[in-house]
Amino acid sequence: MSENGKPKFAMYWAASCGGCEIAVLNIHEKILDFDANFEVAFWPVAMDAKYKDVEALEDGEILLTLFNGGIRNDENEHIAKLLRQKSQIMVAFGSCANEGCIPGLANLSPIESLFETVYNTVSTENEEGIRPQSSYEMPEGTIHIPEMYPVLRTLDQVIDVDYYMPGCPPESHQVAAVVDLVISVVKGEAVLPPKGTVIGAGNSTVCDECERTRNVKKIKKFVRIQDIERFDPEICLLEQGLICNGPATLSGCMAKCPTSGAPCVGCYGPGPRVLDYGARMVAALASVIDSRDPVEIEAILDGIVDPAGTFYKFNLAHSLLKTGKASWNGN
Amino acid sequence: MNKKRIGVYVCHCGTNIAGVVDVENVAKWALEELGEEGVVVSKDNKFMCSSVGQELIQTDIEEQGLNRVVVAACSPHLHEKTFRTASERAGLNPYLCEMASIREQVSWVHTDKAIATQKAKAMVAGAVRRVAQHEPLEPIHVPINEATLVVGGGIAGIQAALEIANAGHPVYLVEREPSIGGHMAQFDKTFPTLDCAACILTPRMSEVGMHPKIDLMTWSEVENVDGYVGNFNVRIRKKSRFINLADCNGCGICEQKCPVKIVDKNFEAGIGYRKAIYRPFDQAIPNYPVLDQPNCTYFIKGTCKACEKFCPTGAINFEKEDELVNVEVGNIILATGYDLYDTKKIPQYGFGRLPNVFSSLEFERMCNAAGPTSGEIVLRDGVTKPKSVGIVHCAGSRDLNHNNYCSSICCMQSLKFAHLVHERTGATIYNFYIDMRTPGKDYDEFYQRVLEEKTFFIRGKVSEISDAARNEEEEGKLVVQVEDTLLGEQRRIPLDMVILSAALVPKADSGDVAKQFGISCSSNGWFSEKHPKLDPISTMTEGIFIAGCATGPKDIPASVSQGSAAAARVISYIETGVLALEPIRATVSEENCSGCRICNDLCPYNAIVFHDETMVSEINHALCQGCGTCVAACPAGAISGTGFSNEQILAQVKGLLMLDFAEPELEKVP
Ligand SMILES: Cc1cc2nc3c(=O)[nH]c(=O)nc-3n(C[C@H](O)[C@H](O)[C@H](O)COP(=O)(O)OP(=O)(O)OC[C@H]3O[C@@H](n4cnc5c(N)ncnc54)[C@H](O)[C@@H]3O)c2cc1C
Ligand code: SF4
Ligand code: SF4
Ligand code: SF4
Repeated sequence: MSENGKPKFAMYWAASCGGCEIAVLNIHEKILDFDANFEVAFWPVAMDAKYKDVEALEDGEILLTLFNGGIRNDENEHIAKLLRQKSQIMVAFGSCANEGCIPGLANLSPIESLFETVYNTVSTENEEGIRPQSSYEMPEGTIHIPEMYPVLRTLDQVIDVDYYMPGCPPESHQVAAVVDLVISVVKGEAVLPPKGTVIGAGNSTVCDECERTRNVKKIKKFVRIQDIERFDPEICLLEQGLICNGPATLSGCMAKCPTSGAPCVGCYGPGPRVLDYGARMVAALASVIDSRDPVEIEAILDGIVDPAGTFYKFNLAHSLLKTGKASWNGN
Repeated sequence: MNKKRIGVYVCHCGTNIAGVVDVENVAKWALEELGEEGVVVSKDNKFMCSSVGQELIQTDIEEQGLNRVVVAACSPHLHEKTFRTASERAGLNPYLCEMASIREQVSWVHTDKAIATQKAKAMVAGAVRRVAQHEPLEPIHVPINEATLVVGGGIAGIQAALEIANAGHPVYLVEREPSIGGHMAQFDKTFPTLDCAACILTPRMSEVGMHPKIDLMTWSEVENVDGYVGNFNVRIRKKSRFINLADCNGCGICEQKCPVKIVDKNFEAGIGYRKAIYRPFDQAIPNYPVLDQPNCTYFIKGTCKACEKFCPTGAINFEKEDELVNVEVGNIILATGYDLYDTKKIPQYGFGRLPNVFSSLEFERMCNAAGPTSGEIVLRDGVTKPKSVGIVHCAGSRDLNHNNYCSSICCMQSLKFAHLVHERTGATIYNFYIDMRTPGKDYDEFYQRVLEEKTFFIRGKVSEISDAARNEEEEGKLVVQVEDTLLGEQRRIPLDMVILSAALVPKADSGDVAKQFGISCSSNGWFSEKHPKLDPISTMTEGIFIAGCATGPKDIPASVSQGSAAAARVISYIETGVLALEPIRATVSEENCSGCRICNDLCPYNAIVFHDETMVSEINHALCQGCGTCVAACPAGAISGTGFSNEQILAQVKGLLMLDFAEPELEKVP
């Protein structure tokens, strides 16, 4: 507790895009409730703070930490461990912290080839072939920048996590509901769910919240949205051949994408009890391909242009695969 | 749950396992290394399935307080039941006993002893970790409806129906054609005893027709099947015969008076005629005619009604419609028989192009005293007696271009034909065979008899039958080109008549019928049995049995035996009254199901229903056979399979790999 009696709050941004931070601010006037009930101990995006301020806190002094981003370098890891030590409740907030998200897709490539892409492509002017060094001698002394790890890991692969809040980013109404819950808990009006619970989401998959009408599924052809002129506004997108990840993706987003005509990309991650989201989706689609002819089946499958990017877009780092073999061995 | 106390039993299976796997070492290792996993007893034994072996388990359960058992032995297909029952006798829930197949999956497939022993350990570790996750399960009990549906009224279906009905239980016998009898009704004589087919078949047919316990529905088809073992609902379409059955006395006057004459492609195999209102043959059961609507002048032109005018009882009814009946049955026997291979698909044999090339069924009809030629063996012109006849075995069988299997009856059927030709025409006879297969009772004796009748046997596959003469002798004849493999030379044999002993093939609609009843077919299209040796008349779907040629080519005695066997199984189910089903079933968690409908069409047993109101899928536990298809397909992970939970499977995998899913050590980029 701080001097004003308010419990302390922290939020941190590791390997991620920053959208999660915006999602929190996007709860509008609820942010005032939040301010009324919490004191911000550490939230680099919102206010200036130094790591040493956190280090100076007592263990467990922070009540709630929302941690977004995956663990890609030693700085990410250090802060994750530090915040874990200082916090009572650690929430993996958003897809990157939960399952690696888009940064996790880099696990398919060895680090050297990532650097090659970033520092040595045609669009980059880098004639001397400069690469980042983790330490550098300057006349003023040695300076350090964080060291990149061979693969990205999710928060719970590095520290003990209390709750998981999925989404890329988590929907604001879900953030607001979670904030409400924590405030009620602080006031003693509610109790926390059991450790390990996925919060801010439903317990089925996106189809459950999707308004589109659906039939028994039989797929003769996979198409991409740019390949078709018009699709039926009422009928399930998957039945129209668009790869909608709705069947495998945890509900809670109110099926915003499929309802507005864009196939679900899977940002809320796997449903309850599912170990490997991509494998689930692959098994499901394979089951409803409407052909018994191996040649035709091959042709239908050719319609899936980028399987890893389609089925593991958000969850590769947390899947049973975790990484590509090359990045695992190549470092 | 109290602490796991697991007993491990490693079987030698004589030398079957012990010859390759160091069995003692595996047992010792399990006690030492898997102690932490709960293993408190580990033993090896020469034959675990013997009573000594089973008692070993029982004693340890009782004296050592085991609450889990792992038997590392043969495949669970063989002895799972044995060991589960043994555990149950000692008071342990049978589903807390698990097998590791170290014979089929280890000793029989490896030669390197060290590696095999290592793998056996991994299999044991997998089974131990899995069984630790098992929960006690109770079988599902379902009541059995006393009635049985038999589909197909050939000799196999007739036999099954009679056996069940004679035991006092009701039977619905559904036959697609106007009469029961199947293929056997088309034959003249039957090998090897040369009994007259009609003489032995028709008494059975009339017994069916008159049996108080048999509800015979001919000219009928099963339209829909719902439900599960013990409780099937079946919808049957009784196609209209355009006859009021109650009025018809079977006099046959309508048939005589009908002016339309058409080639009978079914019963007469295309060499005889029938009327537009007809009974396929005189002894047809039932004896009522059928009006063939597409060929009836009245239905085509609006006038005629000759049959109606002459029918003495006024039984003809042009308005009569199909009837749908629903029946409830506990068990179903499928005895839908076979089709004859269409020998037009072997163009080099000339059937359909060369008039005097006949199919086997055409020849059967020709020999039949009640057939189109009154039993005279003549050429296609209907008068000329052949002076030389060739009989080609394996026409479409044992040939990768046609059917890769042996049709099993053709050799005997060809010998029967040779005998009939000899007896009735005195013609010179050539039998062209690849191998002579006469393995049944009195079969080879019959072969010797035909040999003595001076039939020429040429061992070789006929390559061509043509009418292109190369010399005077061949002029006007069919020339059979064949490599005589015993003489080692090519031969051309000019003949008057050639009979093709065509292959037996699955019914054209066997795949659809299999799907309708929720069973599967082999790659060739025959219905698949539950076990090819030990359970040839059951299917993987409880309550559905198969008999006769529907399961593969066979002769009449074998078809009849299967009919009886299927009936015996059904009767034993009926007598039990209640059936205990394996509790290995899939379940949808209503809360987790999103109603995506991915699973809806996947179940091979049609066990999944979708509720429109609640938008969730549900699995009927009596129908589900626990195959796991839907479990794997559900993208939401909303379906779980009893006995195959994530925890159980992963525990087993971890055991098999002898590892835990440890997170990799964090490494920095150098
Ligand atoms: C030319 C020839 C000669 C033979 N000679 C002999 C011999 O001498 N001795 C011997 O032992 N064996 C002989 N056989 C073998 C014999 O024909 C079979 O063993 C026997 O007929 C098999 O009987 P079944 O009841 O299984 O099938 P089938 O006789 O084919 O009967 C099946 C019945 O089911 C009906 N049916 C099919 N599908 C459906 C459906 N979906 N719904 C309702 N009804 C349906 C059919 O109409 C038919 O009536 C011969 C075979 C051939 C081809
Ligand atoms: S559109 Fe997507 S989310 Fe909607 S029902 Fe179809 S698969 Fe499910
Ligand atoms: S596949 Fe799973 S989520 Fe979809 S309808 Fe079936 S049970 Fe429900
Ligand atoms: S496990 Fe699923 S697919 Fe298999 S039988 Fe049961 S309900 Fe059908």
